[in-house]
Amino acid sequence: MSQPMQHSPQQEQRRDFLKAGTLVAGMTLGPGVLFYGIAHSRAPEEAASSAKRYGMLIDASKCGDGCSDCVTACNTENGLSGKTGPQDTQYIRKLNIKDLRTNHVQELPMLCQHCENPPCVDVCPTGASMKRADGIVLVDRHICIGCRYCMMACPYKARSFVHEPLTDQNPEVPRGKGCVESCTFCVQRVDRDETPACVEACNAKGHQAMVFGDLKDPNSAISQALASHASTEVRADLGLNAGVRYQGI
Amino acid sequence: MANQTCISQGGACRTSQFWGLLAVGGLVVLGALYAFFTLEHHGHVLTGMNNQIVWGLPHVFAVFLIVAASGVLNVASIGSVFGKSLYKARAPLSGMLALAMLAGGLAVLVLDLGRPDRLIVAMTHYNFKSIFAWNMIFYNGFFAIVGLYLVTLMTRSLKQWSTPVGFAAFLWRLGLTTATGSIFGFIVARAGYNSALMAPMFIIMSFAYGLAVFLLVQTAMYWWNDLQLDERILVRMKNLLAVFIAASLYFTIVFHLTNLYFAKQWAFERFILLEGGTYTTLFWVGQVLIGYLIPLALLFSPGSRQSVTTVMLAALLAILGGLAQMYVTIIGGQAFPMDMFPGRVVSSSFFDGVVAQYSPSMYEWLLGMGGIGIAFLGTTVAVRVFKFMPQDDFAALEADKK
Repeated sequence: MSQPMQHSPQQEQRRDFLKAGTLVAGMTLGPGVLFYGIAHSRAPEEAASSAKRYGMLIDASKCGDGCSDCVTACNTENGLSGKTGPQDTQYIRKLNIKDLRTNHVQELPMLCQHCENPPCVDVCPTGASMKRADGIVLVDRHICIGCRYCMMACPYKARSFVHEPLTDQNPEVPRGKGCVESCTFCVQRVDRDETPACVEACNAKGHQAMVFGDLKDPNSAISQALASHASTEVRADLGLNAGVRYQGI
Repeated sequence: MANQTCISQGGACRTSQFWGLLAVGGLVVLGALYAFFTLEHHGHVLTGMNNQIVWGLPHVFAVFLIVAASGVLNVASIGSVFGKSLYKARAPLSGMLALAMLAGGLAVLVLDLGRPDRLIVAMTHYNFKSIFAWNMIFYNGFFAIVGLYLVTLMTRSLKQWSTPVGFAAFLWRLGLTTATGSIFGFIVARAGYNSALMAPMFIIMSFAYGLAVFLLVQTAMYWWNDLQLDERILVRMKNLLAVFIAASLYFTIVFHLTNLYFAKQWAFERFILLEGGTYTTLFWVGQVLIGYLIPLALLFSPGSRQSVTTVMLAALLAILGGLAQMYVTIIGGQAFPMDMFPGRVVSSSFFDGVVAQYSPSMYEWLLGMGGIGIAFLGTTVAVRVFKFMPQDDFAALEADKK
């Protein structure tokens, strides 16, 4: 017959310590893990989520006279030459708009409008032109055959064709001769939870004319700005539900 | 050697002339290959195309050839589907020409791609919402169906199948041209396109361009064999060409009248009809005068019943007018600036708000002409080695009349 095992006071103490330690550690790490799960940027292998829709709000009344910092930042981020010949790529450009009746002049940046119903995606024969689940419209450089039909179809003239061989590319933004390309909302930055380069440059300049964020999150800055001020889409008549909205035009 | 190249030739063999034709066609195709490899290496920077005019002269030739290819099959369709013996005798030549021209047009489209090396991608990845993808299916199917149609027409034991297969080919070609017209009709963004009229207009134009090409090739074949086309046949075919040209003119008028009725389209119409420079000239002089009015006058002139030359001149002008029409439609439609902000003037570093400039380079001419060269080579070899010479049954022709 063996005696039931008796725990020594030291053992009891150790057990209590472990219990308390686990509790404290759990309380310390748990919320972090939980919040990380909610707020972390996407892992590379994780697919974009349709729970989000990225969009941009541009306030033309805040867009600086003659300022082109957004264009410069875009060119730097995406490895574009910055040349403005008829065959050169431009992801974002400044438009000067003059009202024919009042002669009122405005400036605003024009870029891919990341439509919900993008004509470029509809017409692409191979599916290279595509919309990510989170609303970002991209060109898959692996299956673009360079037919340029998407450029015919885009109402915003947002796309460019790479007319000549490229050197010194940004490794994060692979481009290639013979393919079509356009603004990606700096998808490489968005996937790291950063804002597009143009928005960052506009804020750095102090103009605050561009707001980027999740249109599906009612608490995001862009959703709140859209809810509180009138905004418009360019060529709203086409029913494309553009992801880029404008104020002050 | 001479005998080998003289297969299926009833009359004069003319071997040296045959090799001469091959050499001419071969040189043109070589020019296109030179342009292709140069562009493949250096990129489209060597063309006049840019981010404003994304489809240029090669597309003018390519779309013309594809549209005319579907139209030239109409001759066979009138024979097989509508039972006219005059056209039945011409069905094999019509089918072969359709294949040769489609091959030429498609070659230009493919050689102009930014990534022609990815043709296999285009064949394996289909976005079924894209009318362009549907076009690829229609083009490939056209080769299969018209190829089969030719087999039924030229194999005695399969002759009874030529009517149902011919009917299928007729329906398929209507689908093909509808899809080709809709490449432009479905573009909502631009004032020059965006019209349901594009599809039927391309179909009626294909009838005219195709028949014009057919008449030229047929006349060349008769001339080659020292034969004279019977006047009754000439009269019927020239009258049909006149009907097709008149119908094309009608569709052109309706297209522009519709635009003129919509205030938002006035600027575009002013551009094409009045102030568009090259495009205005090409529209009025090229498409309307050379393509429609002069051919109609020639075809209805009293002397045209006996004059093969008059009819051929009309056919040639209809083809030139067709190329002008494609230039105005394809390039004019892109040159006119998109109206993103109605009622406002827009300017930018990206050529917004201005008429886009385009001047085709030598490489684009070489590519475009190469399409015609491929169609020409295919036709020359085919009529040499197969019996495509129309064999008319004049008794049946008279019976048709009654």
